[in-house]
Amino acid sequence: MLTAAASATQIRHYQRLWLYGLCALIFTFLIVPCVLIVPMSFSASNYLEFPPRAWSLRWYREFFDSAEWMDALWLSLRVAGLTTLIATPIGTAAAYGLSQMPERLTKPLRLSFLLPMIVPNILVAIGVFFVFAKLGLNNTVTGLVLVGIMLALPFVLVTVSSGLQSFDGNLERAARSLGATRLKAFLTVTVPQIKSSIAAGALFAFVAAFDEVVIALYISSGENSTLPRRMFANIRDQVDPLVAAVSSVLVVASIVLLLIVQIAKRPEKGAAR
Amino acid sequence: MKVPVSIRGLSKKFGSFEALRDINLDIAPGEFVTLLGPSGSGKTTLLQVLAGFVTPTSGSILVAGEELLTRPPHQREIGLVFQNYALFPHMNVFENVAYPLKLRRLARSEIETKVRGALDMVRLSQFIDRSVDKLSGGQKQRVALARAIVFEPRILLMDESLSALDKKLREQMQIELRHLHERLHTTTVFVTHDQREALTMSDRIAVINNGALIQFDTPRAIYERPRTRFVADFVGETTFLPVELRAGGGASVFGTPLLLPDHAGVGGASPHESWLALRPEKLAIGPVAGPEAEVNSFSAVARETIFQGDSLLVIAGFPDGQNIAVRLVPQEANRGLVPTPGQPIHINVHRNDSILVSGDV
Amino acid sequence: MIGAIAAASSGSADTSYFARAERREAWSFALLAVPGLVVIGLLLIVPVGWLFVLSFIGKDGGVSLENYARLAQPVYVITFVTTFQIAGIVTVGSILLGYPVAYLLSQLSPRAAAICMIFVILPFWTSVLVRTYAWLVLLQRRGLINSWLVGLGIINEPIPLVNNFIGTTIGMLHVLLPFMILPLYSSMKTIDTDYLKAASSCGASPMRAFWDVFFPLSRPGLFAGTVLVFILSLGFYLTPALLGGGRVSMWSMQIATNVSTYSNWGAASALGVLLLVVTIAILAALNKVFRVDKLYGGR
Repeated sequence: MLTAAASATQIRHYQRLWLYGLCALIFTFLIVPCVLIVPMSFSASNYLEFPPRAWSLRWYREFFDSAEWMDALWLSLRVAGLTTLIATPIGTAAAYGLSQMPERLTKPLRLSFLLPMIVPNILVAIGVFFVFAKLGLNNTVTGLVLVGIMLALPFVLVTVSSGLQSFDGNLERAARSLGATRLKAFLTVTVPQIKSSIAAGALFAFVAAFDEVVIALYISSGENSTLPRRMFANIRDQVDPLVAAVSSVLVVASIVLLLIVQIAKRPEKGAAR
Repeated sequence: MKVPVSIRGLSKKFGSFEALRDINLDIAPGEFVTLLGPSGSGKTTLLQVLAGFVTPTSGSILVAGEELLTRPPHQREIGLVFQNYALFPHMNVFENVAYPLKLRRLARSEIETKVRGALDMVRLSQFIDRSVDKLSGGQKQRVALARAIVFEPRILLMDESLSALDKKLREQMQIELRHLHERLHTTTVFVTHDQREALTMSDRIAVINNGALIQFDTPRAIYERPRTRFVADFVGETTFLPVELRAGGGASVFGTPLLLPDHAGVGGASPHESWLALRPEKLAIGPVAGPEAEVNSFSAVARETIFQGDSLLVIAGFPDGQNIAVRLVPQEANRGLVPTPGQPIHINVHRNDSILVSGDV
Repeated sequence: MIGAIAAASSGSADTSYFARAERREAWSFALLAVPGLVVIGLLLIVPVGWLFVLSFIGKDGGVSLENYARLAQPVYVITFVTTFQIAGIVTVGSILLGYPVAYLLSQLSPRAAAICMIFVILPFWTSVLVRTYAWLVLLQRRGLINSWLVGLGIINEPIPLVNNFIGTTIGMLHVLLPFMILPLYSSMKTIDTDYLKAASSCGASPMRAFWDVFFPLSRPGLFAGTVLVFILSLGFYLTPALLGGGRVSMWSMQIATNVSTYSNWGAASALGVLLLVVTIAILAALNKVFRVDKLYGGR
């Protein structure tokens, strides 16, 4: 009786072939733009074409040999790295603080931390440009890092909060009853338990800061252009395979990051992505 | 280590909810005290206050004459065993037990010795390098216990520590805990909602309900001389019969005057409402009333009998419609004392087993 | 006995001490959130507040509503309509494409789901700029899509797919689809299959069980995804800027144009403030109804 009922809900595979087919199409839609860039970037011609008529590493050479592009890449890496180093502890501290407070107090605070996700980027961009102009922070690494931290905070907060949610608060209490101060208990018991969430938060922070382009359009220019800023200008002004080469590098980097996350995630079950 | 603990006027309010109402409790050095109460009674709040994770609204807790409440949790020297063990999943058995010692900056060799000692005590030495998620429930429980005693705390607190174990294992752990306590003599506060567990393990039991301490006594006294209807009902099975108190000081049930034990007069019960508490196993069934001088006897009609393996339960009805349960051991049952449904019977109870309780709480 | 001990009660630590200790602890936790709040305050509240003030200052430097009055001009009205059209289409599209995918992911074995998840996560991880660029290449006149369509004989001439409404919509749908799938999937994953078994043991066909049990239980994720996608579409800048080819005027682009082309900060600010107000109003209204904040780690 029970088994009959169970198998009845299991819609048989052939019955949902249409679902598999549909999803395959959607997956194609999702993935093709991310990977199609890679073969096109090996084109030898001046235009983008698929499949390329002749293959070469010309555009990669152009990218890696160009001082301007390399400067932009290093700037972006520096900004994203600094952002991660600062935003991760700040966001983790906030997530922990909020997790220990009664809910009625934390709701407005949580919402304020989500504001950078909600407020349209373009609005932040012109506002920040305006304020930075007064402070002399336009075209500075400091300015870009500050913006990066602001944009990264919601990601860190959300990932670390969800890690803390599945964390058993009794573990920390146990540590404190055994003689650990709050800080010591947090560092020796809580952090090891939520480390994959913190790492995921840090990765999000890095990506958010690295990929930021709308605000950078306003507060970074000339020598102080970030990589996405330079790419944006290049796409708008000339569609040549150079950006395809840069994009391919970024796509490969994304795939590597994704693999790192998948592998790091494995040992800890139940922790947040 | 043996320290006395005295809890004075302890209250805790969460908003308008009174989780603890003026708790006063004196625990002798080395005593094993159980906080017994239903869920939501406040026993866990009391334990959390002792451990330092809940700040009380008012009151004082003196440990060896010194105020405990002003100390942060990590300076209280209290070993705490959680219901869900709270073993650190990223540490193995050794690291878990060594954790409190490392915090106290003991030498490596000393840590090693003490951890082995504690694990020996809970008979887990062979699992010292095991990862904690490879342990069974009972083993986890023991590691948690070893971790809580390894730093020789002044007080050991256990929060429903055995409730996650299955019945057999739980009974085995109860006896082991008892033995451990006999060896260490650490002042222990054990929280449970299981009355049987409380009776088995404790030197004294504090029965708590609605945030208030109802009765603090030895297991025997709690069982045999409950002060209130709540205690009698919560600890053991009980049938309550309404008691009419007479002006002259006597009491009667269904109009029959009651014979009461010498030790507890009618004075112990509330003048407004009081009940005769009868335990099923203290009752006997006879075709006739028992001897006048020592036994209270009530007539009733047998309704049904329930076979329970080690005993037989007879449900009988009084004329006013109330039911009463009588437990018969198999020997009695074999002697043909089992009434058939509908048969008029007499329920006899010795006056020493006729307990008067107040109906207040 | 109780009374006797109660009389002996002596508090070496009085009531106010405990109240103070409790307050101190609550504040110390709030302090942990302060650095983050300072960053958000300085880089978000202050700049946006500044724009808010700016939006009420007229050409002559005095307080005026002229910046807002101007928003009734046809050029802006067209922008608003276009923005809502695109946001609506993208939202509906992402529900239609996202729901089946999330459903499939939730029904697969953990292993298979992890593999299929890559198709969702990889785009999510990939820079929006890169993805937008890829669509630009795919959709252009001599791009892959057009050459296939011509090759298959579906069309005779390459059709304009980019630098217009279609291109913008496709690009945005691609960028925002993972924002629909992820919350949907996480809410579907929590649906106990026993519910479906229970429904079918009550006599429901698989289709019926899906509509009566699965779908209602997946609604929180659906609403979260819908709100997220709609809100993000309203303020989207990058993709329309690159794929619209200047022909599709979305709200955020209008803001940028006012600043860069006309240096009209007042108009840009008024547009921005209105966009923010609309966004927050939609969010607040939907949040009231569907309690979306539950999905963001709020307890």
